Amino acid sequence: MFRGSKLLSLIVVALAVSTSTLLFQTVSGNQIIAPSIMGFDALYVLLLTCAVYFLGGATFSVLPEMTVFAVTMAVMIVASLALFSTLLGAAQNDVMRLILTGVIFATLFRSITSFFQRIIDPNEYAVIAANSYARFNRIETDLLWIAMAVLVATVVVVWRMRHRLDVISLGYAQAVNLGEDPRRATFWILCLIAIFVSVSTALVGPVVFLGLIVVSVARLVTPTPHHSVLLISSALVGAITLVGGQLLMERVFALTTPLSVVIDFVGGCVFLIFLLKGIRR
Amino acid sequence: MIRVQNTSYAVSGTTILSDINLEITQGVVTALVGPNGAGKSTLLSLIARINKAQSGQITVDDLTIGDCDDRDLALRLSILTQDNTMGARLTVRDLVSFGRYPHHRGRATADDLATIETAIDRFDLTELADRYLDDLSGGQKQRAFIAMTFAQNTDYILLDEPLNNLDIAASRHLMPLLHDLCADQGKTIIVVLHDLNYAARYADQLVMMRDGQVVAQGTPKEVLTAQNVSDVFQTEADVRIIDGRPMVIV
Ligand SMILES: Nc1ncnc2c1ncn2[C@@H]1O[C@H](COP(=O)(O)OP(=O)(O)O)[C@@H](O)[C@H]1O
Ligand SMILES: [Mg+2]
Repeated sequence: MFRGSKLLSLIVVALAVSTSTLLFQTVSGNQIIAPSIMGFDALYVLLLTCAVYFLGGATFSVLPEMTVFAVTMAVMIVASLALFSTLLGAAQNDVMRLILTGVIFATLFRSITSFFQRIIDPNEYAVIAANSYARFNRIETDLLWIAMAVLVATVVVVWRMRHRLDVISLGYAQAVNLGEDPRRATFWILCLIAIFVSVSTALVGPVVFLGLIVVSVARLVTPTPHHSVLLISSALVGAITLVGGQLLMERVFALTTPLSVVIDFVGGCVFLIFLLKGIRR
Repeated sequence: MIRVQNTSYAVSGTTILSDINLEITQGVVTALVGPNGAGKSTLLSLIARINKAQSGQITVDDLTIGDCDDRDLALRLSILTQDNTMGARLTVRDLVSFGRYPHHRGRATADDLATIETAIDRFDLTELADRYLDDLSGGQKQRAFIAMTFAQNTDYILLDEPLNNLDIAASRHLMPLLHDLCADQGKTIIVVLHDLNYAARYADQLVMMRDGQVVAQGTPKEVLTAQNVSDVFQTEADVRIIDGRPMVIV
């Protein structure tokens, strides 16, 4: 069974994940990184866990989904700006430092999350467990419409920035020379990334390596610095990967392995190859 | 006119430039010389608003650095920095095309495309135009970056060690070209040169820096004396006048 809403959700997630990854690579001047590697998704799960812990599972469950989504997204934007804006300024030319800090952030967020989950009442735990793992089989379709609206609005903003993104990807000094303000651009791009990550994590939970594979493949298929092309190619590759992968899993492998596991395995390998290639160069 | 007034710059407590006062002569090539670490690149980065001075004021015509619109300045002044690493993977033509961005902000016109092709041609890059920068030699890459700056076509051009990696032919091609740009199109160019003889031979004005200060400014003949060379560079080199221009015997 492959319902329309599920298909739509997968496309929304593909678009959110691929675009946020491309944006993060542009703003960090680094093509082997993705928001999820830096801990953006983990941050989202942590925020939800905190909400359950402090409000109590019972209160949390009766809150309207829309309210939870909107508030989490707002907090997510503020937290991402606080954590990542200084890091991006300082680590422009220091790829390893950026990745290392990201891995530490991600691990920290996950540790705090599991700490909270341990001290939470087991009954309430079920509320969060659903949000902590990637799940393409059981998607929160209640949120689909609002997620889609947010996504479309954000994608429109990104599309209108496409030429500025080209210039930002040239690096700080060159962007300044060409009349763009990289600091202001970084601020807005981080906001957009936070929104995309909120959308995809709310729908299917954290997916760590999907964005990295998708954007890397898109760069191979369309080797250009222009975001007008890269935004489209990575969205298409993302949609094909997710929808195709899920179809394959359901029809051919009869769901014995979750798609997220396969994607994270392949993506993890790709990441490792890039990292090793980068070190040797 | 580029005017630097009482400008100081420090990084985490260490003074890099102290109280610089400088007026750059309009319509000529000014060479900025001085030993490594004198602060030449830093001075250019302040003028091009890549770094922000802690005190003082820098103006380019009627535009005050730090207050004026970044886009307006990008139409008036361009900079080629000393080390150019690119995050993105670009072909030579992609790179040169970005030089036109301040003019069209995304939608290149036929004029822009013509300027791009002229720049590619002018720097002998026609055969390399569709190659990736990563796959070029240092000198070829440097030429591509210079062509991009050329395509930006601003009244003021700052070049930080553009002769890096260039062979003698490319250097002897670039320097007269800079001179012609000033003479024919009224451009004002500041170029950092580490080879004093290129500065002496091709620049109209020289600014000599040491330890974050300007120590001399004037024509090559005025600035490039044996005394100044020995004081600033801490090496005793003979300076002779050949064809009316000084030449440092190395
Ligand atoms: N980001 C920085 N942090 C600390 N010191 C710096 C920084 N950039 C430059 N410097 C120092 O400032 C001085 C001037 O550097 P620079 O302007 O690059 O010199 P030049 O271009 O004349 O060789 C040097 O002593 C250098 O070590
Ligand atoms: Mg320098």
